[in-house]
Amino acid sequence: MPLIELRKVSKRFGRLIVLRDLSLAIEEGQSIVIIGASGSGKSVMLKHIVGLLRPDSGEVWFDGARIDDLPEKKLSELRQNFGFLFQMGALFDSLTVADNVAFPLVEHTHKAPDEIARIVQEKLTMIGLPDAGPKMPGELSGGQKKRVALARAIALNPRVILYDEPTTGLDPIRSDVINELILKLQRELKITSITVTHDMQSAFKIADRIVMLHEGQLIFDGSPDEIRKTEHPIVKRFVMGEADEQELASLRMTTAATSARPSRPQRATPSR
Amino acid sequence: MAIAMIEQVGRNTNNALAAFGDFCVFCYRTFVWLVTSGFRWKTLRLLFPQLYEVGVKSVPVVAVTGGFIGMVMAIESYTTFRTIGQEERMGSVITLSVVKQIGPVLAAVMLAGRVGGALTAELGTMNVTEQLDALRVMGADPVRYLVVPRFLACVLLTPILTIYSDIMGVFGGWMISTQFLGVPSGPYWFYVAKGVETWQVMEGVIKSIFFGGAIGLISCYKGFTCGSGASGVGRACTESFVESFIAIIVLNFFFAQFLRQLYESIYGIRGVFD
Repeated sequence: MPLIELRKVSKRFGRLIVLRDLSLAIEEGQSIVIIGASGSGKSVMLKHIVGLLRPDSGEVWFDGARIDDLPEKKLSELRQNFGFLFQMGALFDSLTVADNVAFPLVEHTHKAPDEIARIVQEKLTMIGLPDAGPKMPGELSGGQKKRVALARAIALNPRVILYDEPTTGLDPIRSDVINELILKLQRELKITSITVTHDMQSAFKIADRIVMLHEGQLIFDGSPDEIRKTEHPIVKRFVMGEADEQELASLRMTTAATSARPSRPQRATPSR
Repeated sequence: MAIAMIEQVGRNTNNALAAFGDFCVFCYRTFVWLVTSGFRWKTLRLLFPQLYEVGVKSVPVVAVTGGFIGMVMAIESYTTFRTIGQEERMGSVITLSVVKQIGPVLAAVMLAGRVGGALTAELGTMNVTEQLDALRVMGADPVRYLVVPRFLACVLLTPILTIYSDIMGVFGGWMISTQFLGVPSGPYWFYVAKGVETWQVMEGVIKSIFFGGAIGLISCYKGFTCGSGASGVGRACTESFVESFIAIIVLNFFFAQFLRQLYESIYGIRGVFD
């Protein structure tokens, strides 16, 4: 039985259809990467899994139980099973790093302050920032913020971690640090990972399985080796990072229009 | 053309009703959380920083506004009272205007600008940086965690700041009347005590509780529903101030009517100079 299952999920915002009859099953312990162009519905899908969004039609299942129709209070309890690394970290600006990491422990558990402080230190050490506890998020670099957000996501030892574009905005070395951290958590804690990204290097490094979303539908589902060899034109272009003929044509039209525009007349020199 | 216009009107009406419905649900959720967990330590510990933000930091603004309003009232009413030789009775009119109407309304408007704007900007930024989603993922309802303490701080402190504004207004009026316009201090206070009753002071204070509630709810709601990016937050702040201001003015009208009828049904009609 899959740990997480989406059954014919559809979602629209106003007139924009973001997900169309999307079905996906994710096994426990798997590291699945969801790729797709910006606006293809990746982050929306991730938010459906954790109940932040509810589908217009279709069902979301977790551990054999339907969760998309649960009341917010039940969902809140269920979310103890999930860690979520947000795209920009989403650290609380008004709290220190230690308080940020302690937050889910304070909200979800009745642990003593000493115990919480011990867990916070353990998690910060795990992500390689053992001395960051007293700092404010504003004092951290982009990569450090993501690592702290990761420490917060694993504070409750969740069964599933959802990563929303974990390497976006980071340089290649810091991206690799995040990738290594994801792999480390995968190996050491046996966590199910669901990663949304359009960084193919990162996808190849951390994925057991890659799926691709295009206009709210699944157009590819396979292993990293399979996606390298695929002949599906959209998937192939995405993996290779190549724009299609239509996009290039519109770019050429814009360039032609710019060069055809008459140059500004020179100002006459005022005679005295 | 005409059908398109009717369609547009219909769509706008629908959107306005949907937004109002959304706001009502937001208010309901705030009250449910307020009753169920508002007075637990988990929420109360979040209240103290908000009391500081809403209350302590607003003191100078409210003091200056209140003080100058009293002073202006004294200058403006002096000539009229002098022509009828009743300068000594100025105090009752100035004080009555300050504690019943101008003090509470202006204090609330200042708070809508200072506190309301800050609340919308803070929550709006949290919204666009996904911090509200992060709260939900980590088991903390954003309404309980963010709105309830801010709403409580506004409801508890707006009346206190209004009283402070009233005191500054009364003092400002007295200072200008007696120190600069030559009205004798003793008779001034005598007529203040005669013309202003506890009921009238309380009218302003009671109104201000509701003004505070409206400011808290509207500013938090605008922050929670703001559009994406810096422009979304900026627009939400403007809307928050404008809508809080309108809410204050409209509430003030209904309270003036309601409290007048209540007063007359209890005490009958009395004049200021009786």
